[in-house]
Amino acid sequence: MNRLLKRTRQRLRRRMGVPRSASGAAIVVDGARKSSGHQTRNRIILVMIGVCVVYAVIAGRLVQYGFRDLATVASIARGSELLASRPDLLDRNGKVLATDIRTVSLYAQPHKITDPDEVIEALATVLPELDARTVYRKLRSQSQFQWLRRQLTPKQQSEILALGIPGVGFRPEKRRFYPGGPTASHIVGHVNIDNKGIAGMEKYVDGQGLADLAAAGLTIEQQLEPVRLSVDLRVQHIVRDELAAAMQRYQAIAAGAVVLNAKTGEVLAMSSLPDYDPNLPAQALEKDRLNRMSAGTYEMGSTFKAFTTAMALDSGLVTMEDSFDARRPIRIAGHTISDFHGKHRVLTVPEIFIYSSNIGTARMADVVGIERQRDFLTRIGLLTRMQTELPEVTKPSQPKVWKKINSITISFGHGVATTPLQTAMSAAAMLNGGLLIPPTFLPRSEAEAQTVARQVIRPETSAAMRYLMRLNVEKGSGRRAEVPGFRVGGKTGTAEKVVNGRYSSDVRFNAFLSAFPIENPQFVVLVIIDEPKPAEGQKSATAGLNAAPTVKAIIRRSAALLGVRPSFGEGDAALLVSY
Amino acid sequence: MVSRAERGPISDWFWTIDRYLLAIFVILIGTGFMLSFAASPGVAERLDIDNLHFVKRHALFIFPALAVMIGLSFLSPRQVRRGALLLLALSIAMMVFTQFYGFEAKGSRRWFAIAGFSVQPSEFLKPAFIVICAWLFSEHSRHPDIPGNLFAIILFGIVVALLVAQPDLGQTILVAIAWGTLFFMAGMPWFWIILLACAAIGLFVSAYFVFPHVAGRIDRFLTGEGDTHQVDTAREAIVRGDWLGQGPGEGTIKRILPDSHTDFIFSVAAEEFGIIFCLVLVLVFAYIVLRGLSHASREGDEFTRLAIAGLTMLIGLQSMIHIGVNLELLPAKGMTLPLISYGGSSMLAISITAGFLLALTRRNPEKRATGRQESYHDAPLGAGQV
Repeated sequence: MNRLLKRTRQRLRRRMGVPRSASGAAIVVDGARKSSGHQTRNRIILVMIGVCVVYAVIAGRLVQYGFRDLATVASIARGSELLASRPDLLDRNGKVLATDIRTVSLYAQPHKITDPDEVIEALATVLPELDARTVYRKLRSQSQFQWLRRQLTPKQQSEILALGIPGVGFRPEKRRFYPGGPTASHIVGHVNIDNKGIAGMEKYVDGQGLADLAAAGLTIEQQLEPVRLSVDLRVQHIVRDELAAAMQRYQAIAAGAVVLNAKTGEVLAMSSLPDYDPNLPAQALEKDRLNRMSAGTYEMGSTFKAFTTAMALDSGLVTMEDSFDARRPIRIAGHTISDFHGKHRVLTVPEIFIYSSNIGTARMADVVGIERQRDFLTRIGLLTRMQTELPEVTKPSQPKVWKKINSITISFGHGVATTPLQTAMSAAAMLNGGLLIPPTFLPRSEAEAQTVARQVIRPETSAAMRYLMRLNVEKGSGRRAEVPGFRVGGKTGTAEKVVNGRYSSDVRFNAFLSAFPIENPQFVVLVIIDEPKPAEGQKSATAGLNAAPTVKAIIRRSAALLGVRPSFGEGDAALLVSY
Repeated sequence: MVSRAERGPISDWFWTIDRYLLAIFVILIGTGFMLSFAASPGVAERLDIDNLHFVKRHALFIFPALAVMIGLSFLSPRQVRRGALLLLALSIAMMVFTQFYGFEAKGSRRWFAIAGFSVQPSEFLKPAFIVICAWLFSEHSRHPDIPGNLFAIILFGIVVALLVAQPDLGQTILVAIAWGTLFFMAGMPWFWIILLACAAIGLFVSAYFVFPHVAGRIDRFLTGEGDTHQVDTAREAIVRGDWLGQGPGEGTIKRILPDSHTDFIFSVAAEEFGIIFCLVLVLVFAYIVLRGLSHASREGDEFTRLAIAGLTMLIGLQSMIHIGVNLELLPAKGMTLPLISYGGSSMLAISITAGFLLALTRRNPEKRATGRQESYHDAPLGAGQV
């Protein structure tokens, strides 16, 4: 640079050195040129400064962009929220009922997609069930985020990745998986697409603070302590299996069963068919998929006679030796109360029970009186909403005003609609020595049960009830429920259903309420069968022909798993003298 | 290596050319080809043609571009002047022809088709126009009795009229600023500067009211309302690129960026190669302009000086407008990034500009020799000698 300047200077000097005399005009021109050259140089420097300023502004803007963050999209849930864990649900033996698995969900960023048709076409090769119209609408929207499909399988993800569609992406998510499928669906419940529990124990778990934690943003990705349920998956499977077989055999519209620990209130198994697969939660919304055992109420029919009998005995106004006139039907308020298996004679209390006499039971209730009947049923938990963990619990219904006719029909199980689970709970109280224990789906020891139990009848009454229940299986309508070695006791119920406002004689709701081993009942088993038809080779469809054999099948297959030891011989004799 | 001792056209050229500028031009052309892989497949996909269509065409144009640039750099200043005059006459004729026989695209008539290529004559006009104006200004300053300035103004009027007729506001503004800068450097009196500045502002304002699309763009730029899809997308691409970029082929915003291979190549570069890369790019352009202008300031000959400065500013201004639009510093205006953007006419025209610039910035030892220089300067110059 210096050398250049020097040279220029020399050149100028040389140029100046041209003799003046040589050419006056040349000097003028030369001077003008020199001054113009000087001016041009200054101007060029000004332009250079301007250029520097412009490029500096550009560089500054670039640096500013460099420090800028991409606009975040508020509608996208944070990763931690999507990966929030739910505790696993286990059965009482540690078998998994519900667990989290990691999946990915497909989303689109419509503002980055130029050709929605192309994207839809490509996606359809992997997800043919995708609704093209909905997706098109989503992709055409000016939004920055749209879910296209939640919870894809790894295979689907890799296929979509292989398509290389720009503007779509994946977010990891946790998905709830139920290995048992529908086996324990009504107990376990299910979650919605956002992994929030919306039914069954899943909802209960959320209600215990998990949902509050999630709302406060305190979700964690790591594994939570699993929640163990009282359910025994093996027994649950047996119950569901037998119900399904019964439903098919008797062409019933529905069936349900519960196995309840009589001493702790734990539900070992509960099933209501038709049920659903919690892995496909939409199924739960289909017709008739409700949990009939806790959310359905039914007029339980003759099984209710067990409660009426217990009430009569517990009141002290009736003893086992008393007899009641059942020769003629009772006519009251335009109705006629008659017996199905009419004996048309005076019956003792055990006879009333095993012949399931409506007349006799009505007369026993009459002895006790309306008010005390109502009080008693309230006390044993049949007229109030049952307290348990499941959210799907319906309040039983009863007449607004109890008249004589109501009292009579309620005594044999019409006029009050209760949930089957509730019925099993009250039955347990009738048989376990008189302790009413709210049913639970969580493990509970006998000691814990004592703290929540309430004595509702005298132990002597309970002993009498055990005798009557056993007698009914030995000699009455429950004969088909007998399992050798496990000494089943039980009461059938064949209720006529109301069709078009009238009780119908062909549309029935059958139940069999049982307990085993009867001398010291450990488990209460209740089976209901809704609208059974006569099985092949049978003329009738009474509870003794369908509900009782179903109970038998359940007990036969599950008793060993439930830890009940079979015994043959002395047990029965001991019981018969003990009441 | 060519020996210094050897004398011949090639060795003369090799030892006199500004090798830094030459290297930068070649590197920029190479960078443009590299960026073509990033920027053009998305555009090709939208047009439903072969993904590499524009990459192939870009490659096809690189060779003539390099040949033109290097070939023209052999010219002497006088040959540059003659070549520019020829090119100016040709391109003006083509622009007039385009007005009648050209095809319309995106609302303006800028191209005509010849042998399967679409040619945009206004691109070729720019370097020729600048060189000729430099000559006219220099003639005026050497011989004040020659109305060089007036001719330059008339020529400017003709060119602007042709550009506005297309209409091509971007080129008009570019040519106007380049011409103004040239006039300024040629020693335009401050009175005239203010007068012309006012005229420019007046024209700009009238353009705002005459052309609705201009008004729309300026409104959108000032208010940020309306359809700002393109600049918004460009901004998102740059911000997403961050300092180091997403990596080659990793850009996603570029795919939805309209004109990503031409008017918005800078944003694509930012998304894939990062803001630091873009800063280097800006530095390179700044270096070209400052080096060109410093050549000009050292240059003794008035014509060469102005022509160098004018051609340098042409490249510089075009890069400034392109980057300014990409960075939302200026209203949206289609402008290619010199030597980098795709576009046959644009690439060839820029090669002509660069070739002229290289030719004029060659060190000329003969010119420096006192006697010859004097004789060269004092040789009677007339309109006939070009």
